[in-house]
Amino acid sequence: MTTPRLALDRLRKRYRDTVVLDDVSLEVAAGETVVVCGPSGGGKTVLLRLISGTSSPDAGDIRIDGASVLNLGPEERDVGMAFQNFALYPHLTAFENIASPLRAHGLAEAEIKERVGSIAALLRIGHVLGHRPRELSNGQKQRTALARALVRGPGVLLLDDPLRNVDAKLRYEMRLELPRLLGSFGSAVIYVTQDYKEAMALGQRIAVLRGGRFEQVAVPPAIYDRPANVEIARLFGDPTINLYPCRPQAMGGGTIVELFGDRLPLEAAAGGLAGRDVLLGVRAEDVEVTLEPVPGAVPVELDAVTPLNVRAVLYLRTRDGKELLATVAEDEAPRFGRGHRSVWARVTPDRFLMFDPASGARLLPVAA
Amino acid sequence: MMRESPLSRILRGLALLVVALFFLFPIFWVLLMSFQTNEQILRIPPSLFFEPTLGNYVALVSGKLETAAGTLEIPFMRNLGNSVLLSAVSVALSLVLGVPAAYAFARFRFRLGENIAFTLLSFRFAPPLLVLLPLSLYFQDLGLNDTYTGLIWVYQLISLPLILWIVRGYFEDISPDIEHAYRIDGHSWWRTFTRIALPLARPGIAAAALLAFIFCWNNFIFALILASADKQPVTVGALAFVTASGIQYGQIAAAVILSVTPTLLLALYAQRYLVEGLSLGAVKG
Repeated sequence: MTTPRLALDRLRKRYRDTVVLDDVSLEVAAGETVVVCGPSGGGKTVLLRLISGTSSPDAGDIRIDGASVLNLGPEERDVGMAFQNFALYPHLTAFENIASPLRAHGLAEAEIKERVGSIAALLRIGHVLGHRPRELSNGQKQRTALARALVRGPGVLLLDDPLRNVDAKLRYEMRLELPRLLGSFGSAVIYVTQDYKEAMALGQRIAVLRGGRFEQVAVPPAIYDRPANVEIARLFGDPTINLYPCRPQAMGGGTIVELFGDRLPLEAAAGGLAGRDVLLGVRAEDVEVTLEPVPGAVPVELDAVTPLNVRAVLYLRTRDGKELLATVAEDEAPRFGRGHRSVWARVTPDRFLMFDPASGARLLPVAA
Repeated sequence: MMRESPLSRILRGLALLVVALFFLFPIFWVLLMSFQTNEQILRIPPSLFFEPTLGNYVALVSGKLETAAGTLEIPFMRNLGNSVLLSAVSVALSLVLGVPAAYAFARFRFRLGENIAFTLLSFRFAPPLLVLLPLSLYFQDLGLNDTYTGLIWVYQLISLPLILWIVRGYFEDISPDIEHAYRIDGHSWWRTFTRIALPLARPGIAAAALLAFIFCWNNFIFALILASADKQPVTVGALAFVTASGIQYGQIAAAVILSVTPTLLLALYAQRYLVEGLSLGAVKG
C-alpha cells in the first residue's frame, strides 16, 4: 500500500479536564476528500487545528507523506486551510489575501498574478480582486477564503465548514462545484461540516466525529444504510429516522416483531435478537403510504403533509398512538391533500435497522 | 429612516453651538490674552477689543522677559524643546517595550502573566509624591539626577502601563484565526506579527501613543523634583512667569498656546488612524 498523504495516528487532545479528541486515527489519500461530520462540540475544529499546527496534540502523531510534522510550525507544513469565519486579512485587498501563500513561498510577481487570476476566474471573483474584505458579500468572502486555501495547491487542504456562513443558493451551487474543484488539485482534503447532506454530497468517505472519537468511517451509502449506531442513524437522514422500542420474538421457525399492532416477519439474520429489547429504525422513504389498503399495510392517520425539496414528508400517527414519518415523491403528494385523513402504511421489514437500546450500537443489518 | 424636520435641525445646531462655546471659550480667551499686554488683560471691565501685540511671543522666543523690575532671562524655548524631547522619546521607548509585551499578554497564557500585567498597571495607582523622595535619593546615588535618561526612565511609569493595557485590548480583539491563517499561508511568526497583528492594532497603538504623549507632556512633579532648569519641560518652566514684579498673564497665555500646539498637531495627525479603526470590520459581518 502506498503512503497516505495525510495520516492521523491515535491523536489525543484535552483542554483542562475535557477530553476533546480521544484516540483519533484516519488516513487520507492524495486526491481524496474525507468529510468529518458530527454535532458541534464534537472536536471537529480542534482536529483541524492540530493538523494545521496552530495547536499541538497531547499524544499521537500527524504524518504528511509519511513524515511526522509535529515539530513543524504551521508555516512549514504543506497545508492550506479555509476557516469557517473566513479569517480574511481586513487590511489587504482580495488579491493580496489570495496571493499571501504565494508570497510566503517567494514566487515571482508575474507568476503570482497569473495564479491568483486563474483561481479567481475559477471561483468567479475576478471582478472583486481589488476590494477589501469588508466590501465583499459573504459569498465573495467565502470564495476568497477558499481561493487563498487552494491557490498554492497544498498537499493537505483543510476546510472548516466553509459553506456555513453563505446563503442557501450559493451553498447549493458550491455543493455541486466543490467536488470537481477539490478533485482537480490532487490535495488530501478534510472537509468539516455539520450538515449531513453536504457530507453525503462532497465526501468520498465520511468520518463521523462524536464525543472526540470517530464512531464510523465509511463511504456515504454505508453510513446511511448501515450506521454504526443509533445516533449516526439519527444524524444522517432528513426527516429523521423513525425509532421504536420493541422486542422481536421467535415464532413458527422464524422471528417476528410486533409494530403498530401488526406482526411483521423479520429476515433470518434477526434470529439472534428474539426475546431482547431493541430499537427498531425505519427510514421515512421505506414507508409506503397508500390511500387504499394493500396487503401488509396498517391503517394510520395522516396528520400533515410538508413539502421538502423533491420529496414531501407525511406526518402519520399509528393506531397505537406512535408517530411515523414517511416521504413520498413530491408529485405524488397532492394525492394526500393537506392531511387529516386515514391512509395505509406498509413498512418493509428487510429494510429495518435495529439498535441496542442501551449502547446504541447497530444490531441489524449485521456487519458485512 | 425619518426625515429630520428643519426645526429640530436648527435646535440641534444651536445646542451644539452652546456646548462648543461653553467648552472652547476658555481656550479662545487665552488665545486673545496671548495678544494683549498685562495692562489690557487686567483692565476692568474686560473688553474683546484691543490693539493686538506680538510682544508676548517675541519675549518667549527671544527668552527675554521685560518686567517692571528689569529684564529676566527665561529659557522657555528650551523648556518647550525639553518637553518635546522627553515626551517623544518616552513614548517611543514605551512603544518599543510595550507593544510586544501587550501582544504577549494578549496571545499567550504564561505563568504569572496576569500578575505581571497587573503590577505594571499598579504603577499608575501610586501617587507620584509618595515615590518621589526614595526615587530622588536613588537617582542621586545612580547619577541619574538631572539627566534626560533619568527623566525618560521615570516617564515610563506614566506611558508604559497606558500603552501596554490599551494595546493589549486591541490585540485581543483581533481574531486569532486571522493570524493562524497567515501562519498557515507559510509566513513566519515574526512576519505575522509585523504584517497582520501590528497593522490591525494600529488604531489602538495610535490612540495609546497619543494619550501617553499627552500624559507625559502634562507631567509636572517628576521633572520639578528630578531635573534642574535646563532639563525641565514647559510645565515646570511656566513657573518662571510668576516674577517678583507680578504675574505675567500675557506671556503665560502665549506660553499656553505654544505648548498646546504640538499635542494638538499630534492629535490631528493621529486622528485618521483612530477613525480607520472604527471602519475596519475585524473578521466578518
